[in-house]
Amino acid sequence: MLDFSILINNLDTYLEGFKNTVLASIIALIGSFIIGVIVAVMRIAPIKPLNWIGSVYVEFIRNIPLLIIAFFFYIGLPAIGVTLSGFVAGTIALAIYTASFIAEAIRAGIQSVPKGQMEAARSSGLTYLQAMRIIILPQAIKIVIPPIGNQFINLVKNSAILGMIAGLDLMYFGDLVSSHTFVTFDVYIFVGMFYLVLTIPLSLGVGYLEKRLARSH
Amino acid sequence: MFKSKTSKIAGILLLSASMLLSACGKGGEKETAGTAKNALEEIKSKDKIVIGVKYDTRLFGLKNPSTGKVEGFDIDISKELAKDILGDEKKVEFKEVTSKTRIPMLNNGDIDAIVATMTISEERKKEVDFSDVYFDAGQSLLVKKGSPIKGLKDLKKDTKVLAVKGSTSAINIREKAPDATVLEFENYTEAFTALKSGQGDALTTDDSILYGMADQDSNYELVGGTFTEEPYGIAVKKGNKELVDAINSALKKMKDNGKYDEIHKKWIKSN
Repeated sequence: MLDFSILINNLDTYLEGFKNTVLASIIALIGSFIIGVIVAVMRIAPIKPLNWIGSVYVEFIRNIPLLIIAFFFYIGLPAIGVTLSGFVAGTIALAIYTASFIAEAIRAGIQSVPKGQMEAARSSGLTYLQAMRIIILPQAIKIVIPPIGNQFINLVKNSAILGMIAGLDLMYFGDLVSSHTFVTFDVYIFVGMFYLVLTIPLSLGVGYLEKRLARSH
Repeated sequence: MFKSKTSKIAGILLLSASMLLSACGKGGEKETAGTAKNALEEIKSKDKIVIGVKYDTRLFGLKNPSTGKVEGFDIDISKELAKDILGDEKKVEFKEVTSKTRIPMLNNGDIDAIVATMTISEERKKEVDFSDVYFDAGQSLLVKKGSPIKGLKDLKKDTKVLAVKGSTSAINIREKAPDATVLEFENYTEAFTALKSGQGDALTTDDSILYGMADQDSNYELVGGTFTEEPYGIAVKKGNKELVDAINSALKKMKDNGKYDEIHKKWIKSN
């Protein structure tokens, strides 16, 4: 049976961590979406050098562990005189890392719209950007929502990386509770429950959006 | 062959009987007492003792990358233990533990004993059984040479002190310097890396470990002397009196025959 006294006695500690996890997740979520859109646009824009930069970003960031990116910002940057706290370094790492997956999801979504659509739009007199905005993106968004939603859920879970670089998140404080109470299993079960409080609504929200968008067209 | 098979069956019967008993009775305590009785014999019957040691702590337990072996004070003590209990210092198997994982690993049965710079504390005595003291350490501070921090009293509001998760020093420093911010890391390597990259102003833990860091990077020094007493003990699963006695007698022999001093001198230079 779970020992709920651990949760009750350390509720302040858990909530402090929960607050920071929520904060880091929200900031990283917005950041990763903005960067992701920019990179996706670079990858599909009809300008070769931009394609290259976008591809390098995605292939480079997507293929190294998040922990390494977090360490880079936390203990690598101070070498060139930029010292970031664990929270800031972790959140930036999270945004940059997730952005590479989001960029890929968006690019795949846009490219999955049949080529004929763009050709037809362009031949009816629309500019490239107009065609993108009016014809392609509304169709792409439906395809893109589920994978982006998954990435956001992953982001919340991946935020546990902050615990490794003293980022004062849920995982960090979970570790501390565990080391002071000598209880491991129960402590981390509660940590897991706090993550569920965040991820389940997110998951349901994505599901709802998916259904609504499917209906509207 | 036959003998081991019968003993196995007998063991299973005994185990299920004891489980039944504990299910009927008050449970918990009785069961641990029942299984604990065999801990020393179990080590003897498998002819190997599994000891949890640090792999990242210079002078105590550090994995040497060129040989792939762990080396240090704790390692040599463990080997002496194996020599005394099992008659051969090679009959010891090392498993890596951290301050955070060592007690759960011991309680899960992954390791038979912890020889990992572990301070004997009242809190921990509720979780594990300790041997006699095998090393006297004390908590101190490590800072970059020329740092304005000269001792405990310089740890003010804006100073960041780095410590390791699950260590007594992390708890102590919060009491001794309540104004300072304490940041805790997974292990000593990460804490020291964070200190080197300016993520904190001082690193606190036992002087024994800090000497190892200062030994590795001469830009860092210990300041302020020691402000706690940290007697290190060897921990075993709760209720294993025979094993504790065997360890204590091995420690005593080491101290009597000069082997302990030899190991101490080999690794710990200062004091």
